[in-house]
Amino acid sequence: MNNQDDIILRTENLTKHYGGVHALEEANFTLKKGEHIAIVGDNGAGKSTFVRQITGVEQPTSGDMFFEGKQVEFNSPLEAREAGIESVFQDLALCNDLDVPSNLFLGREELLFKFGPFSILDEKKMMEKAKEVLERTAIKIPNLSNHVGDMSGGQRQCVAISRSASFASKLIIMDEPTAALGVQETTQVENIIRGLKEQGVPLILISHNLRQVFDLVDKIWVFRRGRIVGEVIASETDGNEIISMITGMQGGVHEKDSYI
Amino acid sequence: MTSTSSTGGYKTEKSWKYWLPKDISILMVLLGTALIFEILGWFIAGQSFIFNTQRLTIIILQMSIIGIIAIGVTQIIIMAGIDLSSGSILAFTGMVAASLAQTSDFTRAVYPALTDMPILVPIFAGILMGFVLGGVNGGLIAYSGIPPFIATLGMLVAARGLARWYTSGSQVSFFIDDYAILGSGIIPVIIFLTTAMAFHFLLRYTRYGRYTYAIGSNEQAARVAGINIRAHKVLVYTLAGGLYGLAAVVETSRTLTAQSGAGMLYELDAIAAVVIGGTSLMGGKGRITGTIIGVCILGVITSGFTFLGIGSFYTNIVKGIIIVAAVVTDQYRNNNNGNR
Repeated sequence: MNNQDDIILRTENLTKHYGGVHALEEANFTLKKGEHIAIVGDNGAGKSTFVRQITGVEQPTSGDMFFEGKQVEFNSPLEAREAGIESVFQDLALCNDLDVPSNLFLGREELLFKFGPFSILDEKKMMEKAKEVLERTAIKIPNLSNHVGDMSGGQRQCVAISRSASFASKLIIMDEPTAALGVQETTQVENIIRGLKEQGVPLILISHNLRQVFDLVDKIWVFRRGRIVGEVIASETDGNEIISMITGMQGGVHEKDSYI
Repeated sequence: MTSTSSTGGYKTEKSWKYWLPKDISILMVLLGTALIFEILGWFIAGQSFIFNTQRLTIIILQMSIIGIIAIGVTQIIIMAGIDLSSGSILAFTGMVAASLAQTSDFTRAVYPALTDMPILVPIFAGILMGFVLGGVNGGLIAYSGIPPFIATLGMLVAARGLARWYTSGSQVSFFIDDYAILGSGIIPVIIFLTTAMAFHFLLRYTRYGRYTYAIGSNEQAARVAGINIRAHKVLVYTLAGGLYGLAAVVETSRTLTAQSGAGMLYELDAIAAVVIGGTSLMGGKGRITGTIIGVCILGVITSGFTFLGIGSFYTNIVKGIIIVAAVVTDQYRNNNNGNR
């Protein structure tokens, strides 16, 4: 049994139905402080649905969620962010027509003068902080004043990740962070993830790339048809076992080296 | 050719192009259009088109009303919305404002008990009614999921109906003397430019503007960033409605009458000015300064055709072509990366 004090996130029987579609069924999940875990599964296994519930993008049909020992209900992504849960979404949640600092600080702008929606922005401070944040994550962006839409896929993903990594977050969730990236850009993103491990920031990684999963995480949670079908320590398993769990077929599908 | 300023390995400065006026290309179109009319003027009418202060004053005055509306429409289009109801809202809010600006000397006032009111009463009533109708637009779009085109199309018809219902189709006139001041002399231009500056500031330097661009650029991203999309949409459409109300006050003051048929097709002129001014119908890009130039281009074309004695139907044909050209240019820019 896990020591309750060590656990940062726990879900109990978390369930999500979209009408007659049972996208997530009774997910019981735990994440320890400082732990990096991966969620793997086939398309439609419920991985992204699970993430949408714990990040407040959607609200679960039933079940409970505990963050830092307290029961929580996130009615919006903002509530999850305020609690310290940051997400990098599969579809790159960036505004192409805004520059890097505007994207990094979207929804939590630095202000010169507070007056509700008409608060005046402190652009200089945001630019300074953006520089600090990106220097910390060693991300190379040629010009921070450029619109994000003018950047390469890798640079855009780095901006999205550094946004999550930069705001004293207590938990970071990445949904397929390297799916659209080239080899060099993928390496850059993986290095950021390793940096988060060193900093002790817990991470949930959703990835189809098993090589990446084995390289980066401590534990692997396997989803199949909306259910959690297993949790295994990464160093105590192999690609073949994971594939068997993902597909539900026993007895090695291929040689394990072909997956890792 | 880029500025060398950089800190900590990160460039934060724009290239030299950044420091050029953002709307230089649209400004060139304005100057080119005026020049064409100037040359044609000498050949056809035997006089200057541009160097005629009286004509310039009339152009600016005529376009001030469309200009005020276009400011409201600019922020809506930046947010990837559209508003077809501005002309109808102007008609109804104009009726409301005018009905509270009548003099007691007129025996058949809409509200005989509410004549000779202080000038602020009709002004605020017009703007307030604009806020209400704009808020209804925003509420419908944000909470019912109806596309902006359909929601504001409904308002276009409904507000025109309200304007006719308000006085059973009769026009409203005989205003207190003070009310006429708002539409006289250079005052409409001052109101237009002051409003433009205020909204330029809002869009460029405040959270309001940042969220407007963000929603227009990527609504999903804005949502996951924690922006209250619905509330912001309602706010943007409400403020636009207030601007239509302000335009109505200026219009009724200038013409000294309010009628239910006022503002017919103003919505299209306003949208045209916004699009010509470089605001993208796809959302996320656009500036108030561009809209001001767009308004001037429309004004020059309308006035230029009148000056040359060419029929108004030709004006509309040319306007239509320019709008389509502006949209095609916008799409071309979007396909080849644009900048805000």
